[in-house]
Amino acid sequence: MLNCRDVTERVTDYLERDLSWWERLWFRLHLAMCAACRRYVAQMRTTTQLLRQLGERPADPPAVDPAIREAFRAGRQSAPPR
Amino acid sequence: MDTAEHAFVDRLLAGDEGAFEELVATYQNRLLRLARVYCRTDALAADVVQETWLAVIRGLSRFERRSSLRAWLFQIVANRARTHATREGRWVTASDLGADNAAAGDGGSDWFDANGAWRQPPAEWPEAGPEGLLLRAELRTALLEAIDTLPEMQRAVVTLRDLEGMEAQEACNILGISETNQRVLLHRGRTRLRTALAELVARSGP
Repeated sequence: MLNCRDVTERVTDYLERDLSWWERLWFRLHLAMCAACRRYVAQMRTTTQLLRQLGERPADPPAVDPAIREAFRAGRQSAPPR
Repeated sequence: MDTAEHAFVDRLLAGDEGAFEELVATYQNRLLRLARVYCRTDALAADVVQETWLAVIRGLSRFERRSSLRAWLFQIVANRARTHATREGRWVTASDLGADNAAAGDGGSDWFDANGAWRQPPAEWPEAGPEGLLLRAELRTALLEAIDTLPEMQRAVVTLRDLEGMEAQEACNILGISETNQRVLLHRGRTRLRTALAELVARSGP
């Protein structure tokens, strides 16, 4: 049987679907019986969703460095014709 | 690589400056974030990203489009940042994998009794869900700060897997780590960040 500590240690494998069929079954059985672990797993899921949203909402884009723009222009001139 | 990205790379190859500006605007801060994992200072990370753009300009005509543009960019920045860090003698591959075993917020043993049951179950979070949480600017800032305090490789893996939403294999290739290490690092990083969020939520109230 899994205990609560096991659940917190395997939760990423569970969310990443890296558990075997049997392990997954045991995991879900524990969740069915344990409200605290259900909450913990839900919070881990929320954490990853928050991170994803944070990544999709980047800070204001910076201005392109003039030296880099210059290099791009120069590269275009020296590039072989296509 | 999808059709839109093929078209975008074609524009870059044709010397379309607008496309290049868009590329830099889209990726500058994201590349900086990964570079910063390996670099001691913001300035050094900025140098690495600068070098990356020059490498991109030089290498664009040889980009074979087997990977996505994003994977290619992150691969270049990771390689260059690692080279810098190695030169400074501050990089040991996956150095913080073993050292961080029982670190704070890492599923600490004090959470559980001798039978492995919760001593005190995790406190409830507001029902608004991630969107509701993220709307609070202070929480967003605090989460970014929490990411910055993660051990280096945990930060790298969380950045690629969660912030960028990459597949495990892609992140492994870029970071040069095994799938097993990747999973351990992701687990530890996410566990710490959940703990950090729980503390924030508790502190800021409903």
